[in-house]
Amino acid sequence: MVTPRPPATPRPPASGTTLTPLEEELLRLAGSVPDPELPMVSLAELGVMRGLRLLGPGRVEVELTPTYTGCPALESMATDIERVLHDHGVPEVAVRTVLSPPWTTDAISAEGRRKLAESGIAPPAPREAAAGGPVPVALAVRCPHCGSTETELLSRFSSTACKALRRCAACGEPFDHFKEL
Amino acid sequence: MTAALALGDDALVLSHRLGEWAGHAPVLEEEVALANIALDLLGQARVLLSLAGDEDELAYLREERAFRNVQLVEQPNGDFAHTIARQLYFSTYQELLYERLARGTGPFAPLAAKAVKEVAYHRDHAEHWTLRLGDGTDESHERMRRGLDALWRFTGELFEPVEGCDVEWDTLHDAWLTRITSVLERATLTVPEGPRRGGWAAGAGRQGLHTEPFGRMLAEMQHLHRSHPGATW
Repeated sequence: MVTPRPPATPRPPASGTTLTPLEEELLRLAGSVPDPELPMVSLAELGVMRGLRLLGPGRVEVELTPTYTGCPALESMATDIERVLHDHGVPEVAVRTVLSPPWTTDAISAEGRRKLAESGIAPPAPREAAAGGPVPVALAVRCPHCGSTETELLSRFSSTACKALRRCAACGEPFDHFKEL
Repeated sequence: MTAALALGDDALVLSHRLGEWAGHAPVLEEEVALANIALDLLGQARVLLSLAGDEDELAYLREERAFRNVQLVEQPNGDFAHTIARQLYFSTYQELLYERLARGTGPFAPLAAKAVKEVAYHRDHAEHWTLRLGDGTDESHERMRRGLDALWRFTGELFEPVEGCDVEWDTLHDAWLTRITSVLERATLTVPEGPRRGGWAAGAGRQGLHTEPFGRMLAEMQHLHRSHPGATW
């Protein structure tokens, strides 16, 4: 339980402020870390990097937002970011968890979605297209193996909380679907 | 902070109960689903308890009487239908509560705005199974009815105002009852009729009074940390 929790009084977010060229470079490095559970996408492509701030010489604060509140990958994301920045000459790295505004699957980049599909995970649909609030059920989910939209839900929860388990009626393959959140 | 403890303990205790299904669920998909729901709740509990103090100390070193969770979440799992009844009652309540907290400006708004989307999936899962069991075989219908009836007397406590939560509890209750009634009707079940308040109703968990099975659950949950303080792996 090493990940710092959000303080009771919110601080101004590191995101939103203009980044210096060095900060931009460090943010790019931190964002290139692969997701521990979906290593085909980077943290930047997953949309969980919220900002980076140089606090002083050799001191950096990184803001990270969890996909799910209980996401167990968060700690290893923080460790990986620290290691990458250490390797690039930043001795002091603090990774801070921010909850607000909440992460949504819309934060996954187009490139991230492409890589998910390529690895056999159906990417989430854009949420604005999803009727009926946070649990869209009406949309067809395309099979990442054969492209058919004739797929059925097997279980709302799959190998991780962020994915549902589906099966394709056309090719018969089961597959994970990154749920809209 | 009373409210952080109340909401955090609800999430922590239900998370532990759902975790007890690991290795025992009727099918593999449900094993995974219940563990995922437990994980979401554990994440929420960590944020909420951290608002009240040290999360580990609060989870592992408090005595039974210091826990502020409602009695509903500490009830033993029973059979699968019993667990689904508990999930239906609680996740419907939690989603409505978090929706309201997310709209406010209080200390719980950021967590509630995030967690409400997770809980929507928990509620969806519980509704799906309520329909499937209620409108299934005679046996599944009977078991679902039994679970709903047995836990009904613990549902009144959900709507006792929690100090520090800026929520209209009466309208929260009405919204909850409307949703539960609609799901149960579709599932060919009826809303239980037993008492939910007064002398025959249960529910003083928010005051630290718990039912007998809770002590045994805590003993198991806290055993490792108390026996080996600071243990890691």
